[in-house]
Amino acid sequence: MAETATLPPKLAETLDLLALMPDRADRIQLLIDLSDRFVDVPPRVAVRPFSCDDRVPACESEAYVWAERRPDGRLDFHFAVENPQGISAKSFAAVLRESLSGQPLEQIAALPTDLVYDVYGQELSMGKSMGLMAMLQMVKALSKKALGEGVVKEEVVVAS
Amino acid sequence: MSDIESRGYVKPEVLVSTEWVAEHRSDPNVRIIESNEDPLLYPSGHVPGAVEVDWTRDLNDPVRRDYLDQEGFSALMRRIGASRDTTLVIYGDKNNWWATYAFWVFQLFGHTQAKIMDGGRAKWAAEGREVTREVPHYPESHYQAPPRNDEVLRAYRDQVLAHVEKKGKLIDVRSPQEYTGERMHMPDYPNEGALRGGHIPGAKSVPWARAVAENGTFKTANDLRSIYEGEAGLAPGDDVIAYCRIGERSSHTWFVLSYLLGYPQVRNYDGSWTEWGNLVGVPIEK
Repeated sequence: MAETATLPPKLAETLDLLALMPDRADRIQLLIDLSDRFVDVPPRVAVRPFSCDDRVPACESEAYVWAERRPDGRLDFHFAVENPQGISAKSFAAVLRESLSGQPLEQIAALPTDLVYDVYGQELSMGKSMGLMAMLQMVKALSKKALGEGVVKEEVVVAS
Repeated sequence: MSDIESRGYVKPEVLVSTEWVAEHRSDPNVRIIESNEDPLLYPSGHVPGAVEVDWTRDLNDPVRRDYLDQEGFSALMRRIGASRDTTLVIYGDKNNWWATYAFWVFQLFGHTQAKIMDGGRAKWAAEGREVTREVPHYPESHYQAPPRNDEVLRAYRDQVLAHVEKKGKLIDVRSPQEYTGERMHMPDYPNEGALRGGHIPGAKSVPWARAVAENGTFKTANDLRSIYEGEAGLAPGDDVIAYCRIGERSSHTWFVLSYLLGYPQVRNYDGSWTEWGNLVGVPIEK
């Protein structure tokens, strides 16, 4: 299990909550409650039809991820899940959006991908976990990209 | 003639439509069962009155790599309130992949009063039919299962080897990349991997989902014949073994060949590539 002390606080809180639930049905109910909190990407960020560049590879639920930069350089994450049956993808998107938006990019970039198991347990099929991991990897990649861009921007400022 | 009957299947009675389920879901002699890959789907909303049968927790032995035994199956059926003559109608996600898997396991115990809801969960939802999060409870039944019979529907590795030696027909239902050996296992997932890549000698590649039409229902018998007979070279009456990675996708193909096309002897090799690709000394084709 990921060491929750090093995770963004809201994510650590969700993982701790899940870990405290010994009953599988309760865990599942919490994940469904999370999927009910799923928020579709706002039109100011993206409108359908979405670009393939924003699509999560290997995700059967046809998920898309976007990052919106805040004035302080941190990111807000937005998601779309096009498969109406994609409840797991929606719940994970809700976890990522609520717990990672506005958090330090370095911390997001360093998240362990096996976090998916901390959220969903070990019962995930291979196909499902591949897709969810790919969602997390895309969020991490967007954070790394923003970190890189931040450095470039700084250099440009210095050079001018 | 109904849509299902018009598709020319040899045993159309194993399929029911979403309309049929809507009409019969409260019938006391019918039990609707949802079986998914995704454990969140059933609790997020299901056909009213449907019970859940979960492939990992309900159908597999928790310790050994095997299916539940006679007592386990009796307990499962008692829990969902089914008797030996209850008609079990199974549906699920992923084009009924897991539904046909449950159907196959049920047949190991000879529960022949079983049907698949054509189009599965996605079709029911797409038609805007009623769903609920309410989990029903039925009075426990006194179901007494016969011993599990693996002889007819299940192939073990030695039987597969003998089948290969006599040039028997095999269908590999994995992805083309898995069939060629290009992909050994999914990245980061050694649990479902194998030490060797490729396929069982003589096996033809027909990815399982090719049996399904755009709208999630099964393709017509003619379309299925052109795939399995025209392309993969099967002939009616053939003794066929289907396999995938752990035996679940191939249960879908087993269902198609056995019921929709009426092949008399089709077995599912549930050991599949995770067994064959790790066995010492067995032949592999690339």
